[in-house]
Amino acid sequence: MSERVAVRKTYKLYIGGKFPRSESGRSYLVQSGENSTANVALASRKDARDAVVAARAAGSGWAGATAYNRGQILYRAAEMLEGRREQFVALGIPGDEVDAATDRWVWYAGWSDKLPQVRGGVNPVAGPYLNLSTPEPTGVVAVVAPAAPALLGLVSVIAPAIVSGNTVVVAASPTDPLAAVTLAEVLATADLPAGVVNILTGRLQETVPSLAGHRDVNALDLTGVADAELATSLEVKAAENLKRVLRPVPANHDWYADPGLARMTALLETKTVWHPKGG
Amino acid sequence: MFEYAPAPESRSVVRLQPAYGLFVGGEFVDPTDGGSFTSINPASEEVLAEVAAGGVGDVDRAVRAARTAYDRVWGPMPGRDRAKYLFRIARLIQERSRELAVLESLDNGKPIKESRDVDLPLVAAHFFYYAGWADKLDHAGFGPGPRPLGVAAQIIPWNFPLLMLAWKIAPALATGNTVVLKPAETTSLTALLFAEICQQADLPAGVVNIVTGAGETGRALVEHHDVDKVAFTGSTEVGKAIARAVAGTDTKLTLELGGKAANIVFDDAPVDQAVEGIVNGIFFNQGHVCCAGSRLLLQESVADQVLASLRRRMALLRVGDPLDKNTDIGAINSAAQLARIRELADAGTAEGTQRWSPPCELPERGFWFAPTIFTGVIQAHRIAREEIFGPVLSVLTFRTPAEAVEKANNTPYGLSAGVWTEKGSRMLWLADRLRAGVVWANTFNKFDPTSPFGGYQESGYGREGGRHGLEAYLNV
Repeated sequence: MSERVAVRKTYKLYIGGKFPRSESGRSYLVQSGENSTANVALASRKDARDAVVAARAAGSGWAGATAYNRGQILYRAAEMLEGRREQFVALGIPGDEVDAATDRWVWYAGWSDKLPQVRGGVNPVAGPYLNLSTPEPTGVVAVVAPAAPALLGLVSVIAPAIVSGNTVVVAASPTDPLAAVTLAEVLATADLPAGVVNILTGRLQETVPSLAGHRDVNALDLTGVADAELATSLEVKAAENLKRVLRPVPANHDWYADPGLARMTALLETKTVWHPKGG
Repeated sequence: MFEYAPAPESRSVVRLQPAYGLFVGGEFVDPTDGGSFTSINPASEEVLAEVAAGGVGDVDRAVRAARTAYDRVWGPMPGRDRAKYLFRIARLIQERSRELAVLESLDNGKPIKESRDVDLPLVAAHFFYYAGWADKLDHAGFGPGPRPLGVAAQIIPWNFPLLMLAWKIAPALATGNTVVLKPAETTSLTALLFAEICQQADLPAGVVNIVTGAGETGRALVEHHDVDKVAFTGSTEVGKAIARAVAGTDTKLTLELGGKAANIVFDDAPVDQAVEGIVNGIFFNQGHVCCAGSRLLLQESVADQVLASLRRRMALLRVGDPLDKNTDIGAINSAAQLARIRELADAGTAEGTQRWSPPCELPERGFWFAPTIFTGVIQAHRIAREEIFGPVLSVLTFRTPAEAVEKANNTPYGLSAGVWTEKGSRMLWLADRLRAGVVWANTFNKFDPTSPFGGYQESGYGREGGRHGLEAYLNV
């Protein structure tokens, strides 16, 4: 009996809940597993802009969803990731890393309906007013995922952004993009609304500057930018409409450690509402 | 309008010196490579004092004094002791509040009843509030042992000189940072009086340094290699330049910038209360307020009624001597600001809107602008888009709540908004949808040290006030 011929996968972008090729028609070659290669979409500036449009369109629905609902969906992502563990292992991701990434979804899922309590509340103003502060998502966040660890790093930058209602456009690790495209398949089956997470593969120098300078992007997470000069130029571009900026993290950052609140809180706005009290 | 007899507040409580140096390392010193400039009373154009303009070398000296104080004294000091210094400062402000209020009105042009009843009480309260945090930072929700950043460079505007100083200095000191503060060049004097209060409180030398000067002095401060934190309140344009200047560094930045707030009045709002809120929203502090309600959105069915009432009320506003206790609207802060207001108001007229001001006699000397409203304004007009920072209100209309949200959010800013309606569910629905850091419902321009303040989008980032305000000065 002859050995079955495997069905290979085409790795495409993830924009607005769909898996399109780059509008530029380009792709580039990366190693997939030990003995095979894959053609990965080489995203263009136009793809980046399309992704921002998709993220913006998804914004009000996702931010307006109940915190309970967002938590359920993030937990569902953990369930889907757990079920696809072997698929990531086959891509060369260590099993421990897949487990840690799954656990990270669970951790962040629980924050959706707790963050507003921890970060907001009633302020005791000196007068007859109810004064209430609430955290809100800042909007569309452009994220440069860390080059490594490919899966855990990616989950660790996406989950804290979307748990509070932001939507994201992620530039995946250029050298290790398969985990990102495979994670998109996890998200597409986790009931995450289309456009909440959009993933671009390709060269950072090509997609990220147009995201950094985009007037309809509210925040820029430079976590994965290793080149200090590029990071500075991106931060300068971000100043054009005063994007909130998360600066790059050192290459030796411990992604397995307790993430704390900082990644979530950096992408929040605090809204304070006053109303008089009176009979 | 009733004729009131003049009721001037005595200015004898203020003893101005002919010239002021920089406050560096606990002492007043002459600038080494700077110069000086003249500070005037905008209500009379009379010269108040000569003020030093800090040069690059002066800024460096101030930053070094702040660094030394941070390393040797203020950083290692237990929180409970920092707290006591801040409580002392709060008390001294309360004790000298009349003197500070009169000087604020002299230097800034704002009515004495505002500096006396709004600014100064808030300044003291702000120090009092943050004093209490100094020894409780472990419990502020940032994890155990949050650390200060080091030396904070702080640049403040001229519209609320002492209040902005308090918003900057109180949380910075409470968290263990030392500061170099640059006041606005037109309103340096109360900051220099505050420096005397620091001396009186025996605050260790170098913990607070005040370097007066204009934009160049501010630039030298922001670009100094040894500052760990920059906090700026001012224009969006300068805020963007600062964001570019600190790009690629480790400097932590918070910005509180411009605004173009919508003040939305629904058909069920109590008209008299709403009109008081509209007047307060745009004419408080001559409209020199970043969160001013400068775009009035009236529901179409009540627009005529509200406007008639607003015009009646505006005719009762008293414009004139800031030191007169009956004055509602004082002087425009500077000739340059007056020129900007005039330019935008003229653009409003040129764009085909209808301009109206009550009959209003303005003093001959000084800088004045009558309270003004524009009707027939559409969203494309410059006066509906650009921050005027003066007593000028643009009036637009809407039909549905959804349209009100759409128009209110149609701005790159996002600092504040106002809503007037008796219907609680509608108020909350709107508050959820307005992209603004502060939403005043059935009130406007309320401030409190416990209440976080700051904007969305191009109104800046970070919050000042409350527990949230600590974060800007901690390594969290």
